[in-house]
Amino acid sequence: MTTFDFMGKRHIAAGISSLLIVVAIGAAIFGGLNPGLDFTGGVKVEVGFPDAVDIEQVRDVLVAEGLDSGVVQHYGSETDVMIRMPPVEGVDQSALGNEIAAALGRNFDGVQLRLSDFVGPSVGEELTESGGLALLVALGAVMIYIMWRFTGKFAVGAVAALIHDVIVVVGAFAVFQWSFNLPELAALLAVIGYSLNDTIVVSDRIRENFRTLRRGTPVEIVNRSLNQTLGRTLVTSLTTLMVLGALLLAGGEQISGFATALSIGVVVGTYSSIYVAANVLLAMGISKQDLALPEREGVGGTLESLDENQ
Amino acid sequence: MRRSNSGLTGSLLGVGLPGGRTGGTASGRVGAWRYALLAAIIAVGCLYAAPNLFPPDFALQVTVDNADRSVDADLLAEIEALVGQAGIEVIGSERIPDGGLIRVTSSEDQLRASALLRDHLNPAGEERQYVVALNLASTTPLWLRDIGGEPMALGLDLKGGAHFVLQVDMEQALAKRLGDEVEKVKDMLREQRVRYRRTDDAVRGHSIRMGFVTAQLRDRAITIIEEEFREPSYTLAEADVDGRPGFVITVQQAKVDEIESNAIEQNLTGLRNRINQLGVAEPLVQKLGGSRIVIDLPGVQDSADAKRKINKFANLEFRLVAAANDRPSEIDEWPYEGRVVKLNKRVILTGDRVTHAVQGRDQESGLPQVNITLDSQGGEMFHDATAPNIGRGMAVIFIEHKPIVTVEEIDGERVETHGSRPEKRVISVATIQAALGYNFRITGLSLREAQELAFLLRAGALAAPMYIVEERTVGASLGEENIERGMLAVVVGFILVLVFMAFYYKVFGLVADIALTLNLVILVAVMSLLGATLTLPGIAGIVLTVGMAVDANVLIFSRVREELKSKPPVQAIQAGYDRAFLTILDANVTTLFVALILLAIGSGPVAGFAVTLSIGIVTSMFTAIFGSRALVHLIYGSRRVEKVLI
Repeated sequence: MTTFDFMGKRHIAAGISSLLIVVAIGAAIFGGLNPGLDFTGGVKVEVGFPDAVDIEQVRDVLVAEGLDSGVVQHYGSETDVMIRMPPVEGVDQSALGNEIAAALGRNFDGVQLRLSDFVGPSVGEELTESGGLALLVALGAVMIYIMWRFTGKFAVGAVAALIHDVIVVVGAFAVFQWSFNLPELAALLAVIGYSLNDTIVVSDRIRENFRTLRRGTPVEIVNRSLNQTLGRTLVTSLTTLMVLGALLLAGGEQISGFATALSIGVVVGTYSSIYVAANVLLAMGISKQDLALPEREGVGGTLESLDENQ
Repeated sequence: MRRSNSGLTGSLLGVGLPGGRTGGTASGRVGAWRYALLAAIIAVGCLYAAPNLFPPDFALQVTVDNADRSVDADLLAEIEALVGQAGIEVIGSERIPDGGLIRVTSSEDQLRASALLRDHLNPAGEERQYVVALNLASTTPLWLRDIGGEPMALGLDLKGGAHFVLQVDMEQALAKRLGDEVEKVKDMLREQRVRYRRTDDAVRGHSIRMGFVTAQLRDRAITIIEEEFREPSYTLAEADVDGRPGFVITVQQAKVDEIESNAIEQNLTGLRNRINQLGVAEPLVQKLGGSRIVIDLPGVQDSADAKRKINKFANLEFRLVAAANDRPSEIDEWPYEGRVVKLNKRVILTGDRVTHAVQGRDQESGLPQVNITLDSQGGEMFHDATAPNIGRGMAVIFIEHKPIVTVEEIDGERVETHGSRPEKRVISVATIQAALGYNFRITGLSLREAQELAFLLRAGALAAPMYIVEERTVGASLGEENIERGMLAVVVGFILVLVFMAFYYKVFGLVADIALTLNLVILVAVMSLLGATLTLPGIAGIVLTVGMAVDANVLIFSRVREELKSKPPVQAIQAGYDRAFLTILDANVTTLFVALILLAIGSGPVAGFAVTLSIGIVTSMFTAIFGSRALVHLIYGSRRVEKVLI
């Protein structure tokens, strides 16, 4: 077993976490998230050209055809072009995608429609609402479950870690201005799931050690627990990062935002289960009394043979 | 205290899991029945995952567009010969309801053959006779299909196609229905010669207001209509209307819900009828929430064309059966149930006047009937036409504005033009029993006929306008690319994890690898059995499951490693499994919470991810705890073990 003094550096970690959160929130407020089509509504068309094509040329064609060019850019490669139009109030854009595709088809040979999305403004608004609600419900449900299975202090620690992770991942998307769409929202919820997994494993061991170790300050006990679970924490994070790496490299453009969000989330989630959840526990003054089992259950323990190792 | 904690863990496992403490022996034994159960689950898992190993053939689906045509063995042979001559290999062909399937070897062949068939089957200058659609044909062996073995369905993002979400305009549906009710009220008052004050805005929100010159007139009016507009559907109350005595009828929520749900059902039926005409293989039309309809059209690339065709309507005509003294010029002949009926050409009513049609039963005789509600003008017209003709027959003619595609040769290029043409047929002939008003019923039909008639009457008109709120079209090439890339990610991720685990945990790592493989098989089997649709985010869910599924085993193994420092191997293994169990349960239950929340809020891509993640969590718990423990016991449980490789 390793014997890192995790908690000895907890003040430094608290500083790092605070800084991360400040940067993330700052980026989200001042830079803003870059919400994708799913949330803003509008039209997006992706087309593939047989050869490399100049963006200006595409833009000119669209204007010449009487269409507002919106945002025209390459994605993935020189032959693939994405055209995105923001929603226009009071205008039915449901046919715009077809018009763009038809206009390009008339002016370029061999253009292939790869994708055409239209999202009405109401749908985008609803999604933003239900997405935010889902995050809150998820955090609430988790908190209640942990309060039931552990104690209130663990629940606060776990939820603090989850909020930390969500803020950092969202902050990363704000800092780099990556487009945030529906799959990224799904990734955010998956990050909550993953980070929670980690936090519970660590919390479980902390609780067990508080109950079984007769000696040691809370800091020592938490340290010991973190070291005991370190191997598992690293192996699981590693295997998860491996598959996410595979997804990022092989999965293609459409899934890369999702894989990126999750990868950041896994790294941050691993860190937060050590330094945020455990830190909050200590800050709240976790003690043996918090975790004492009710007397009645202690009587008549039938499996004494299992405990000879302590 | 620590004792009781372990005690809880131990006893839970003793009951629920293989290798729990049995009979007090430290080694623990896995009962034979547990191995049998595990083996059975593995066998069933393999069986139902197997259909996914048979990649479907690229196929052309030929269906008839004109009822006079059929796809028979001769036509299939002709098609096979034609396609074969063009150098395209045909694997086989078979008949399906109203059409046939021709299997070819590649997607290029599929496209070439479909162009060829379209030209051949629909000669230029004529109306389209056959619809040729691209499809995928199952290659799963018949015996597997017979026991319900089918591969996972692919989402539109993996096979290409158009997806629409239509919003039904419920306010208009309600306003239209209330407008009809106003006409009905006016009708009833007119009949009893009760004068009401004319107003243009009788309908306000969920209520109808009507004013009268005197309170006496108002009271009379209320006695006339109170039977019709009563609770629980409506409330009727005296009120001051523009400074005059009047009443207000307010629609109750239950009635509003009924009107809205009728509107959406009616639009759904209408849309299904239309989409059946589109010639799309396996379309999906269903309700989404309270006021939306989602349409998936696999393989459709030209969404503009699809949108045009969806906006078609149908109608009804009511006409009298010809009387003996009708002049020949006033009569035309119609085929009906294998005989010819002569009808008077005068149309007494059209379906535009039908506001509601529902299949019911006669309360006395119990015979099926169709209850039809007309608007007030229609009611009057109908009354005037039927009152002098009691005892005479009346026919209902169904008119469908069918989208037709005409193929023309313009400047050497084949151009398909889209239009519509009314197609008429007699759907019912019944005897007029009494003068009919705006509410009448058609009897003398079989149950099936009554259902069909009500269905057609409703399908004829859309109850409310609809507009598109979301559309997503994925090109076939992108779909193919998505599935290839997704599968590559699964394979690469899976192999990486397998190698890592074997390297890091040695024998136990191999056990975990087997559990992981089993997990993947069962996950695929469960998804196939549930008929879940595989999407690109769904594949991402599988990839993530592969990465996270080892967690349970990692938890167990690192615990076993710890226990090995203080215990002999067999006990250490036992304790490792026992103590890790509750941790695994807690960790997975909470993750499952999150996945289920995701499932509840998400539609489309998010739902696809949530489904695979949820199923993956459950299967990985099962395989990691139950499966790997049984394996470890097979290896270490039954003999004296000196050393454990972990």
